[in-house]
Amino acid sequence: MMHATIEVTGLRKRFGPTLALDGMSFAVQPGQVTGFVGPNGAGKSTTMRVILGLDAPDEGQALVNGQAYGSLRHPMRVIGSLLDAGALQPSRSARNHLLWLARSQGLKAERVNEVIAQAGLQGVARRRAGGYSLGMRQRLGIAGAMLGNPAAIMLDEPFNGMDPEGIVWMRGFLRGLAAEGRAVLVSSHLMSELQDTADHLVVVGRGRVIADTTVASLLAAASGDLVTLRTSVPAEATTVLEDAGATVAVTGADALMISGLPAERVVALLSGSAVPFSEVSAHRATLEQAYMELTRDAVEFRPAGFDAAEAEEVGR
Amino acid sequence: MTTQTTAQPQPGATTGGSPRGTGFGGLLRAEWTKFRSVRGWVIGMILAALLMVFIGVFAAANSNIGCQINGGPPKSGKACVPPIPHGPGGEVVNDSFSFVHQPLTGNGSITARVTSLTGEHADLTGGPVQVGNGPGMVPGLGPWSKAGIIVKQSTKPGSAYAAMMVTGSNGVRMQYNYTQDAAGMPGKVSAAHPRLLRLTRSGDTITGLDSADGVHWTRVGTAQLTGLPATVQVGMFATSPGYVVTQNSFGGSSNQGGPSQATGVFDHVSLTPAAAGGTWTGTGIGGGGPVAGPGGGPSGRPFTRAGGTFTVTGSGDIAPVTPGPGSGYPTVTVEQSLAGAFLGLIAIVVVAAMFFTVEYRRGLIRTTLAATPRRGAVLAAKAVVIGAVAFVTGLVASALSVAVGVPKEENQGQVLLTVPALTEVRVIVGTAAVLALAAVFAVALGAVLRRSAAAITVAVVTVVLPFLLAGLNIVPSGVGTWLLRLTPTAGLAIQQSIPRYPQVTSVLSPVRGYYPLSPYAGFAVLCLWAAAALGLAFVLLRRRDA
Repeated sequence: MMHATIEVTGLRKRFGPTLALDGMSFAVQPGQVTGFVGPNGAGKSTTMRVILGLDAPDEGQALVNGQAYGSLRHPMRVIGSLLDAGALQPSRSARNHLLWLARSQGLKAERVNEVIAQAGLQGVARRRAGGYSLGMRQRLGIAGAMLGNPAAIMLDEPFNGMDPEGIVWMRGFLRGLAAEGRAVLVSSHLMSELQDTADHLVVVGRGRVIADTTVASLLAAASGDLVTLRTSVPAEATTVLEDAGATVAVTGADALMISGLPAERVVALLSGSAVPFSEVSAHRATLEQAYMELTRDAVEFRPAGFDAAEAEEVGR
Repeated sequence: MTTQTTAQPQPGATTGGSPRGTGFGGLLRAEWTKFRSVRGWVIGMILAALLMVFIGVFAAANSNIGCQINGGPPKSGKACVPPIPHGPGGEVVNDSFSFVHQPLTGNGSITARVTSLTGEHADLTGGPVQVGNGPGMVPGLGPWSKAGIIVKQSTKPGSAYAAMMVTGSNGVRMQYNYTQDAAGMPGKVSAAHPRLLRLTRSGDTITGLDSADGVHWTRVGTAQLTGLPATVQVGMFATSPGYVVTQNSFGGSSNQGGPSQATGVFDHVSLTPAAAGGTWTGTGIGGGGPVAGPGGGPSGRPFTRAGGTFTVTGSGDIAPVTPGPGSGYPTVTVEQSLAGAFLGLIAIVVVAAMFFTVEYRRGLIRTTLAATPRRGAVLAAKAVVIGAVAFVTGLVASALSVAVGVPKEENQGQVLLTVPALTEVRVIVGTAAVLALAAVFAVALGAVLRRSAAAITVAVVTVVLPFLLAGLNIVPSGVGTWLLRLTPTAGLAIQQSIPRYPQVTSVLSPVRGYYPLSPYAGFAVLCLWAAAALGLAFVLLRRRDA
């Protein structure tokens, strides 16, 4: 079986004065959850629309399973997607919504019942979708994405509007999909939503990839080798450590932040010089902090007009 | 809650069995599912059908005709309809004229010279004429006042004939079997410019000739009168259709009518072979004698003879009955029961436009195009589904309107202008096809404009409004005529069951059932509009980001 992957190469797309995509490139591997994170307006939704053949890029290409999306005969059997859970005809029931989708892919009506059960919508499937809560709409969207039993799944901000129970369900669901060997691409503007879900991260800002890495290595990189030291004699400690080549910053009355030396070396130096200390700890960044660090530029130097482009992107 | 992935088949494996319904069939089923699962659209289509039937059955010419004949008991409805002649082609005809005739057996010919055609008609300058009040008549010829020679199967109204005649302002004509008309010499007849006319019978074939001098003859036309008996009636005739003044005004048109008569003067009348002892008899066929009363014909007799000169005076017409005034009957056509089509059109274009535009409003278009990247196929599937739904709706409503409406009109005393069965089928099926094409046009507009209000407005303004503007004389008739030629409304011409006969003066209005284009030409105009809108939608849908 050929591995279904999503491969995006050098996407560039301009909406009027705004460069929405500026050389976006990454790949999504099967068997893992890839988090697609970045601040609002970073180009996540635009990238997903390009992958689905909805928007045409000015440059570059997006391939699904090695093929352009537009050349797929029944694309939902290859890649399932959910861009906007609110994209429903309010007066149509969930079941009929899934039914027309199934018809368009040459799928039987029984498959509709299966995904309704899978998404936990059995009791409400014949009700008007207009009466659904956002969480129920997300589930309905997931059901639609799963209709064709695709090897790749792509979800845009699936945690939006979900209650805590739904978020837990969604995480487990995504892990389960990856465990079955599917490629899963999930976008979010909040790293915390992906912290325990994603294996791989594609961090984007201003239309291009800032980091394309595993969660573990992103944490390691962000942590650097900062060491926190508590001592009653900060001046002496500073002298000793600076002599050893470290950079020392005073962060409190008895607290120092040391960079340039690992924690063991700090302990050895202080012990050797008989400088008393009460605590030495290696600083550990959270994923959120790492993400903030990475995307700071993208947020701070957001060009004028970006907000408008994002509003349109979300509103459509 | 846990993930329920145990029932999950292997990812990427083909699900749902064989890929049946692949391609366009699956798309059609998808779009049909979309349509039927929105209750408002289904109700909209039912509403369209109900409006059509309601207007067709209850709103068109809803008057009961009453009468009291010769002091008898008052009657109403069908009992008031006089016997109506039908021509050899089955159509309802006028067949009333003054006939000076004698029998002719076997092959032969009749020749006569016409030296004068004069006429009188009711004076309508002083307002409407009361029938039986002895209208004041003023001199004047209608364009189709006529006098000439005729070979007729019998004196029974509606029987087959062929005639050569001079007319008020259409020169010499050969006409036969009511619907057929061919032009001969142009110009008005007078003593200085007489016209010689000849009809020659050979079996079922009648040939008409004209001449200015009796030496040089020109063939005007040839008529095949199948089943003509050995003995026929030949002779001279004169008649003149009712004089009608139509006033077009804002919101409609009004007509004033009154009687008219024509007088033809004939000499050099010859019959070959000359009938031994043949005498000329004057008969008012179908009540077509001279108009009675002051200023009427010479003593009310159909003809006078002075030596070889015959003066024949008559009124009426030898022509098909057409809708509108001047026929002498309250008439109804098949398509009058389909007058509600314009209301049905409104409902249908609203639903059809929204069938596409709501997908844009809800962002559902992205789901649709992600499911089917072949955007042209999506457009085609939507057009086929909404077109088919509109067609079935229109067919049911049209058939029902005609089946219920026409007998109702006839029972009220209206004379149905019958048409061949195939024409009736064309009118009914054509109406359904017009609704279908209008739906296709509107759904394509929806794809182009992407907003419900804009698409619905454009569709209604182009499809329905021209019908109202032209039909109710809201715009000058010249403008109205061009609207009915150029806009999608032209397609409604498919409803016209009675052709426009040049030899009959008609009020040309869609309300009367007349369109400036022939049924299929008008239908083709609508087809072009639908095709153009589809083409534009196809290009834009593929080019634009969803």
